[in-house]
Amino acid sequence: MDTIIALLVGVLMGASVYLMLRRNLVRFVLGVALISHAANLLLFISGGLVGADPPLIQVGADLPGEGVSNALPQALILTAIVISFSVFAFLMALAFRAYESLETVDPDAMRAAEPPRGWKSQAAERTAGTA
Amino acid sequence: MNALLMSPVILPLATGVLGLALRPYRRGQQVVSLLAAAAHLAVAGALLSAVWRDGIQADQMGGWPAPYGITLVADHLSAAMVMITAIMLLATVIYACCDVVEDSLVKDIHPHLQVLAGAVCGAFLAGDLFNLYVWFEVMLVASLALLIAGARKEQLDGAVKYAALSLVATTLFLAGIGLLYGLTGTLNMADLHVRVQDVENTGLVTAVAVVFIVAFGIKAAVFPLFFWLPASYHTPKVAVSAIFAGLLTKVGVYALIRLFTLVFTLDVGYTHTILLWIAALTMLTGVLGAASHNDLRRILSFHIVSQIGYMILGLALYTPLALLGAVFYVVHHIIVKANLFFIAGALRRLVGADDLRHLGGVYRERPLLALLFFVPAFSLAGFPPLSGFWAKLFVIKASLQAGQHLVAGVALFVGLLTMYSMTKIWVNGVWKARPESTPVPDEVRRPLRAALLGPIVALACLTLTIGLVVEPFYALAERAGHELTNPDVYVEAVLGRGGEDVPVAEALPAQAGLQ
Repeated sequence: MDTIIALLVGVLMGASVYLMLRRNLVRFVLGVALISHAANLLLFISGGLVGADPPLIQVGADLPGEGVSNALPQALILTAIVISFSVFAFLMALAFRAYESLETVDPDAMRAAEPPRGWKSQAAERTAGTA
Repeated sequence: MNALLMSPVILPLATGVLGLALRPYRRGQQVVSLLAAAAHLAVAGALLSAVWRDGIQADQMGGWPAPYGITLVADHLSAAMVMITAIMLLATVIYACCDVVEDSLVKDIHPHLQVLAGAVCGAFLAGDLFNLYVWFEVMLVASLALLIAGARKEQLDGAVKYAALSLVATTLFLAGIGLLYGLTGTLNMADLHVRVQDVENTGLVTAVAVVFIVAFGIKAAVFPLFFWLPASYHTPKVAVSAIFAGLLTKVGVYALIRLFTLVFTLDVGYTHTILLWIAALTMLTGVLGAASHNDLRRILSFHIVSQIGYMILGLALYTPLALLGAVFYVVHHIIVKANLFFIAGALRRLVGADDLRHLGGVYRERPLLALLFFVPAFSLAGFPPLSGFWAKLFVIKASLQAGQHLVAGVALFVGLLTMYSMTKIWVNGVWKARPESTPVPDEVRRPLRAALLGPIVALACLTLTIGLVVEPFYALAERAGHELTNPDVYVEAVLGRGGEDVPVAEALPAQAGLQ
């Protein structure tokens, strides 16, 4: 089971990296969603798939019995899922506003903050200055 | 529970919530924000003095003993960082009260500044890795809200790039946490220090360390992961730029320093050599990027990258003097860099432009403002009576002592280029006569108000004080560096009893109510 989930983490990571390297903001956002799933799964198996019983301590006992699952990674993942979900929602809204405002989904074409300044544009600026 | 440890986190977060509730009342928001920032400064001062007096403060939230509970720790480094965060918050809030006047922006910026400061303090005080991760995410969301407040085209563009790379960083951080938990079964940093030494597969620990270098490296904006920073830092309001420039990347640097002195210290020859090269290349690329730009805030953004290199260099050398230098550098840099952004905003108000080609005439019209620019600018470049000189001296001396002559040479060369860059701003932005062709729409130019100059004067005085009265700051950095090189002190403060395992049964508090 560990091996299968480990492979799944690898596949998810690979797919998300592929998506994130596309020149398309929408695919990038989907890639971010996938990579957070991969990280959550990684956190899940890192706790070890030790047992399936609920992690409850019997009445009168000090320690949980054998075969209980590790509750800590699950608690961590729950937190991480909530965080990544809300950040993902924010990112969707941001991508949409950026598309509305900049009229493109290609991050390479988004140059509002960093206008291109190759020698051509500088030369054009100079001629404009003298004219 | 130790209220002193909690309040630097809770106070700004509560103020942020209160600020959101006060959205319709602009004046009320500003007053609450100012009062809370002043209170935060008092609390941070009390925490620093407590740490100075009694050594490392550690406490378990909820009463569960470490490593099971959520630990907050303040050693000298954390306490100094919290103190500097409080100073930054107060300076930024005062500046924002004068500079941000639009109703829609006031109600967004003030509450989120507080949340940001709370999250940054949380990150500095967090004693376990997952808690640190959560604070990183809170910080990310608050900073995104600040970055896009106003929603101009440039801001959205910058925010897309900032959000994209930051999210990759936090996801890698989470993956690293998963792998580390799988190896050691704990996430408490003090406990990790003990347990990592027992892991048989040391190669895997080193691999995880590299995951953390990448994750925190993106946050700290090191080479080659810094591209989000110059794409976004010049786009928001000046007050926001300034607190970003001061604090955000330094949280990444702090996390690197914390983990690579406390947890990943087994294969120093490998991990810290990577950090050394990262440091050298970060210094160099940052300063070259700065030299190639003309927009004031973009030049300063590239200088952040360059200066991060010096801090990482201090960590990479991993000697007591180098770590002392790194801590000193962080403190000096936060003050100087935020102040430079404040002054860039003041120049923009005065002249109405960001571009060096359009700036000028400041020395003739406002000699005092020119002097105020001189102090942080040439402190950044490392001129002798100012704080930057000492910071550079410690780091470069440490690299010479460690026999890293090449890197020391790079650091000196980068100092020279920084001086060139600051001279360029001085000559073009301040000294020369204002070009007649300057396109100045009158609505951009607004008068400088005394309160706007308040934070600038205060931070410049602080820079001068660190430079002229270096003794107490050196002593603080020395203690911080000493703790970083002797992690046993930290471990003992958190775990008690020299770090042996507490049996689970004993650890459960009687009132936990598990029946």
